[in-house]
Formats: sequence, structure tokens, C-alpha cells
Amino acid sequence: MEKTNFIWDMFGTNIWTVLAVISLPLLFVLVYALIAILAELKVSAWIQERVGPMRTGPYGILQPIAEVVKLIQKEDITPDLSSKLLYNLAPFIIFTGAYAAFAVIPFSEAFVPAGIDVGLFYVFAIGSISAMGIVMGGWASNNKYSLMGAMRSVSQLISYEIPAALAVLSIVVLASSMNMQEISRAQTGWFWNWFIFGGPGDWTKVWVVPFTLALAITYFIASLAETNRVPFDIPEGESELVAGFHTEYSGMKFAMFFFAEYANMFVVAAILTTIFLGGWNSPFGDFMQGPWWGAMWFISKSFFIVLIQIWIRWTLPRYRVDQLMYLGWKVLLPVALVCFLAISLFVMIK
Amino acid sequence: MSPQEIYEKLKKDFGDLVTELVDVPQTDPYIRVQPSAVFDICHSLRDDAGLEFDYLMSLSGTDLGEQLGVVYHLYSMHHRHKIVIKTEVSKENPLVPSVERLWRSADWHEREAWDLLGIRFDGHHNHIRILLPYDWEGHPLRKDYQAPETYHGMKVS
Amino acid sequence: MSEIKRMDLEYSQLDSDRMRINVGPQHPSTHGVLRLEVEVDGEIVTEVVPHLGYLHRSFEKHCERMTYQQIIPYIDRMDYISAMNNEWPYVMALEKMLDIKVPEKVEYLRVIVSELNRIANHQIAVATFGLDAGAFTPFLFYFRDREYIIWILEKLSGARLLYNYFRVGGMAADIYPTFKQEVLDVVAKVRKTNAEIMNLLIYNSIFIKRTAHVGILTPEVAINYGCSGPVLRGSGVAHDLRRDEAYSVYDRFDFEVPVGKGEVGVVGDSWNRNMVRVNEMEQSCRIIEQAIAQMPDEGDVTALIPKRIKIPKGEVYMRAENPKGDLGFYIVSNGTDKPERLKARGASFVNLSVIPEISKGYMFADLILILGSIDIVLGEVDR
Repeated sequence: MEKTNFIWDMFGTNIWTVLAVISLPLLFVLVYALIAILAELKVSAWIQERVGPMRTGPYGILQPIAEVVKLIQKEDITPDLSSKLLYNLAPFIIFTGAYAAFAVIPFSEAFVPAGIDVGLFYVFAIGSISAMGIVMGGWASNNKYSLMGAMRSVSQLISYEIPAALAVLSIVVLASSMNMQEISRAQTGWFWNWFIFGGPGDWTKVWVVPFTLALAITYFIASLAETNRVPFDIPEGESELVAGFHTEYSGMKFAMFFFAEYANMFVVAAILTTIFLGGWNSPFGDFMQGPWWGAMWFISKSFFIVLIQIWIRWTLPRYRVDQLMYLGWKVLLPVALVCFLAISLFVMIK
Repeated sequence: MSPQEIYEKLKKDFGDLVTELVDVPQTDPYIRVQPSAVFDICHSLRDDAGLEFDYLMSLSGTDLGEQLGVVYHLYSMHHRHKIVIKTEVSKENPLVPSVERLWRSADWHEREAWDLLGIRFDGHHNHIRILLPYDWEGHPLRKDYQAPETYHGMKVS
Repeated sequence: MSEIKRMDLEYSQLDSDRMRINVGPQHPSTHGVLRLEVEVDGEIVTEVVPHLGYLHRSFEKHCERMTYQQIIPYIDRMDYISAMNNEWPYVMALEKMLDIKVPEKVEYLRVIVSELNRIANHQIAVATFGLDAGAFTPFLFYFRDREYIIWILEKLSGARLLYNYFRVGGMAADIYPTFKQEVLDVVAKVRKTNAEIMNLLIYNSIFIKRTAHVGILTPEVAINYGCSGPVLRGSGVAHDLRRDEAYSVYDRFDFEVPVGKGEVGVVGDSWNRNMVRVNEMEQSCRIIEQAIAQMPDEGDVTALIPKRIKIPKGEVYMRAENPKGDLGFYIVSNGTDKPERLKARGASFVNLSVIPEISKGYMFADLILILGSIDIVLGEVDR
């Protein structure tokens, strides 16, 4: 295994360090989810000229904890005619899918839980597990709204995985690696070395800058769809499908969906950060560069993307299901394909 | 057209089926017609040149004591004139031709009149209750209506 | 329209099972306790059957047992979003039967409160329509502004939602000293927010994609179904009782009747219906400004209110332009202090009946938007 993990460097590889490596991202997800929930509440409040929650703690910063406590206390309802095993399994599968992706996310140059060489490939493979969970939950609920939501959700996931994968593939071609740590390392230096600006290299890279920029936007749009965020929150489209595939879920199982959604938001933001925004690299060359600073840069860049997702959610209306497919297949896919070919050509000629 | 002119035109076309024009104080002038001719009269009111009542403002059932009444309030978008048509049927056999085919707005109004007053509309394509539950008994807006004690075991009060 | 037709053809080639879904009576976007039984073929709506009556409160039966004054608060509870407007045709009908000429000041006050309430209603209508399309923020922008209107109406009548402010021959209470200035301030606020919403929601390209060419209601169908208000005007029929029948003092104001023009989409689609409401808010602002300027300061608004009301025998159908459409009251009097029969012809009730006609062949998500663009309130549908 590559030396990309400070825990193994310090304590060697044994059962305790493995457990620590596994649970560190979990700890991170939990803390991050709480912050993201608060951000969602507060950002939506600012956008809508409200103050948001103010009663729990100073400026309401303890509100997410209160929400989680509320969810834990709620009755756990299982519909009578549901398929019990699948119904109960689904939330955990979805959360597992979302959480497993954290294994390859390079938080810092000294910490990536599992530095495998096909990291990006793994992320896409494991991301599809949540589609399975969604169909499971939607079908097992024995509810028409859930079923429709699940079907929409899966078709959406599949459709948008293609442009997203093409965008990622182009960067793989540019960086000639699928290892996320390698990709991050390739972008070391000033921010113009980031892949969104064509990656490292001499002035000839200006030819690819428009394509990489377009790819970054494509990937961002596709990632919104993959995480079921507005304007692509059709599977849970509140106005028609009540709550989509998780209509029947309550209490802690609902909380699992909730956490999985926020975890997914972070995963796509983290991938965007890694492949386009330089990962854990400082934007200003050697300034504030280093393992600890790297974690700071990485998390703040990712969180910035998450904030943009939240911002979009509270601004835009929702697409219709056929319009969403149109956008995915007839706009994003050709754009991504053209960019991919152009970048491949560029790499070949160079 | 004034109500008088409309009345004269209808009287010419339909003869005795158009009973009278009532124009008394505190009342919108109305034309009383025989129930059997309601559809034909309404048809000519809607389509004849100069009348063209294309808008059914309201269709109300009334309980007149001995009889049940149906009141049609018509309006013409084109000429901007109004007329009220009234007809009366017996409580034993409250059957009025449906005008739903002329004005689709009559669809729900007629269902409401059936629901609340028990007036039956001949030729209505979906003659079921609208506001009350589909298996409710009786027609509450009738003056002699007695509310049932229970409905499916639930107390009605 | 061409897009929709093409979709229809493709889907009709497939032999698939149809699914019946109950939308409501408890559903986030049926705007109340409406139940729509929807048959869908995949995502395409093939049939819609509305089931009403979940909010039926025997309004008409109750009225037969109450005196004329006691009915006014009940009328508030029909279209509870625009209670002020509801009371007007009823009071007007009684005044016509009693032959009362109300003072100038009362007429102007009625115009102002009704137009304020119209703005508040349209704000909710546009806001919830945006909410149906998934845009949450305009909803709260409008609710923030609506609060100022409600404060004024509360100061006048003492109630925030169900005002019970109109009286036969007058109003329940006179205006307060700062009334005129506050109304003008609110008008400025309404205009500012509307300008904001134009960019945020109305001309948003996703919103246009969702609402234009959806739920097209042709003028012939609209008239035949008895549609009124913004639903009818959205189809391009310039029918507005404030202008066409000019009750009260509406003939003294300079205002336009906005109709759907099809600048986006086609005339009669959901976007145009919604746009009529947005434009009407501006016209209401104009009416309010003129009414404030013309309103006489002297006069007692309670002077002509009779203590006991005994209506002479007769029957009257009176309608007025409500925010949702024509609200008509058919009142039959038997000479006592209670009506013999009172029939309310609610605009929502009639406008809703067009839903099965215009939502077939569209997608399930469109049905919700079509319902939102009709702007119903179940208190008036079920009575």
C-alpha cells in the first residue's frame, strides 16, 4: 500500500489503526452533515430574508443536533403491506453506498483512507449501490409515490452518470492516472495548474482550457442530478410525489436517507475539488501548503461547492422528468463527449 | 336585448312552453318555462343570433315548498346581457332535462342540485353526488330534510 | 403543443399498464383537501376525476337558519384567502334589495380593502404556483409582503384572515389616522417585490419550461366551462366585472384588464394564467392609488347600517369580480330576516371543473402545475 496515510505512518498497520482509518471519515461525515444541515437552514434563511432557527443555542447553531435528536425519538413506522426485509435494509444500503465512496477521497496529501490506484473508477462503481438502495426502498414501501420516485431516481442516476463519467474520464486522460492522490499531486503549484484551467503545462494548454471549464460545469450539473438536488430533485419532487422513494420512512431510517444525501453532496463536491480544483493544493503555490493546510484547503473547497449546491436549491424551480432526460442526453452528453475527444486529441498531439 | 325582447322572441318560437315573464320590484326579471322544454329553450338561447348566451353564470336548485325549482342565470359575453330562466317541477317526479351538453359548467352545478335538493337531470352523463359522500341518503337542502342519526356508525350532529 | 403531441404518439405505441393514483385529500400540493383520482400511463395523465366535499360545511343550509347579518362571517370562510372580496357581492345584493345607497367614503373604502385583499390573494396564488414548480424562495418573499397588507386589514377590522368587515349599508369601523399613508407604503412594497419576482421566478427559464405550453385552455372551452377571473383572462378573454359591469365606483378609476398575451408560451397556458395575476397586482396598485387620492375624508361609515334587516320578498343574483373569478350570490328572500335560499356560486368551484378537460395528455408533474395555475381554495369549492 502506498504511503498516503499518516496513521499508518505513525502507528503501523494493525487492527486498531485500520479501525481508526475507517472511522475517521465517519466522524467527519457526521460532523460535516450537522454543519451542512445548519448551513442549509441558515443559507436558505438569508436568501429568503429570514433569520432562520434562533432558539437552540446562540444563533441557533445547535439546531441540527435538535433535528437529529427529534428524528431518533420518532416512531419507526413500517407499513403493514411492505416487504419488511428490503424496506428495513434499504436505508442502510444507501448510506453504505454514500459512505463507501469516502474510502478513496484524498483529504490531504498525508491522508486518504484507501489509496487505491483506480480511485475514480471505484467512486463511480460504488456510487451505483445507492441506486440499488433507492429501488429497494421505493419498491418495498408498497406505495405508488415511492415506486414512481424510485424509478425516476434510478433513471436519473443512470442518465447523469454518463456525462459525469465522461468529464472525469477526460481528466483521467489529462492526468494519466485514476488515482485521486496522483491527480491531486499533478495540480501542485499555483491555481492555474488546476485541471479546471487545463492542468499543469506550458502555454499550449490554453487550447484545452475552454474544454476543461465546460467539463467542470458539466460535471457540476450532473452531480446535482446524481445527488437529487434542485433543480433535479424530481425523485423527491415534493409537489407531485410527496417525498418520492422515502415517503413511507420515518425516524432513524429517514435520518439515514438524510445523512446519505448530505454525504453524497460532499462526495460529489470532493470529486469536483480533486479533479478540477486542485484537491488539497493551496491556490497560491507554496503559500499555506502542507498536509494540515491541505486538509483545510480540501475541506473548504468542497464545502464551497456544497454551499453553491445549497444556494442553487433555494433559487431555482424544479425540472420536469422529461426535460431532465433531455438535458442529460441531448445537452450534457454531447458536450461532455466533444470535450473528451478534444482533450484526448490534445494529449495525443502533445 | 332586454328581458322583454327575449321573452317575446322565446314566446314566438316556443309558444305555451314559455309561461310568463315576471318583472317585479326587488327581483331580477325572469322567464318561467315548462320543465320539459328547458333544453330546447336553452339551446336556442345559446345559439340564436342576437341572444348568444354563451355563459351559464349559475344554476341553482330551490325548494319552493310544494315544488322544486331550477334557476338558470345566463350571461352573454358577446352582447353583455343577462336573463334568468326558471322552471318548476313536482317533488314526486323532479325531472329536468340536463343542459350539461350546452354549457359544461352545468355539469357540476347539476350534480350539486341533485346532491343537495334531489332534482334529477335527464341526460346528464355522470349523475352522481358531488359534495356529500356518494352513499349519503337524503337531500339536505330540502326544507323537510331530517338529518340521519348515524352515518356508517358515526354520529351525525 | 407540438412537443406534447409527439410524446403522446410515442407513448401510445407502448402497451403498458395504467396506474390509478390518489392525489389527496392529504397531499402537499392539492391546495387543501381536494382529492384527484388520477390515472397515469407511466408519467402521462390519462384521466383525472376530482372528488370534492372533504371540506363541505353545509354553508347554504346554515344560511337558511341565520339572519342576514349573521351570514357575513360565514361568507368569510368560503374563500378564506380573500375574505374581503367575498363579503362584497353579498352585501351589495342585500343593498340592492333594500335600496340602500351607501356613502361615497364607504364605496372607496370597500374598493381599497378589496383591492388590497386581491393583491394578497394573488401573492399567495403566484407564490404557491412557484412552490408547485419547486421554487421556494418567491413563496417567502410574497409572504413577507402579504404580512404588511394583513396588518392594515387587521388594524381596520380586528382580524387577520376572516375580517367580517363589510356591513349592509356601511362598514364595521372607520379608518384609522395613518391608514392612507400605510396603504401607499404597502403599494410601493408590492411593486418592489413584483419586480424582484419577475427576475427570480416568472422569467426564469426553468419556470418557463415547466409552465409554458402546459394546460392550454382555449377561450371557447373556458367560456363553456364558466371559467372566470384570471383563468378566463389567461385565455385571452377580457372579461372583468369591475369594468364590464362597473359596480360600486369602479367606473371612476383608470385601469386595464390584463389578459394572457402569449408573450411566452401560448395564450391560455399555465404561464399566461399566472402572468395575468402578476399584472393584476399592478392594476390593483393603480386602483388603490387613485382611490386613496379620491377618497373623501368626511363621513361616517357606520351611519346607514340598519339595526334589523328585513328584506322584502324578492330574489337577486349579484356577482362581483373576486380575485379567483366571479363570485355570485343568488339570494331568495321571503320577507323575513332570514333568507329562504342562498346559493353561492364560487369561482373556484367552477374553475376547478375544467381540470379534467385540460390536464389529459400532460405529464403527472404538469397536472400539479395546472392545478396550481387554476388557483382554487377548497373552502369555496366545497362550501
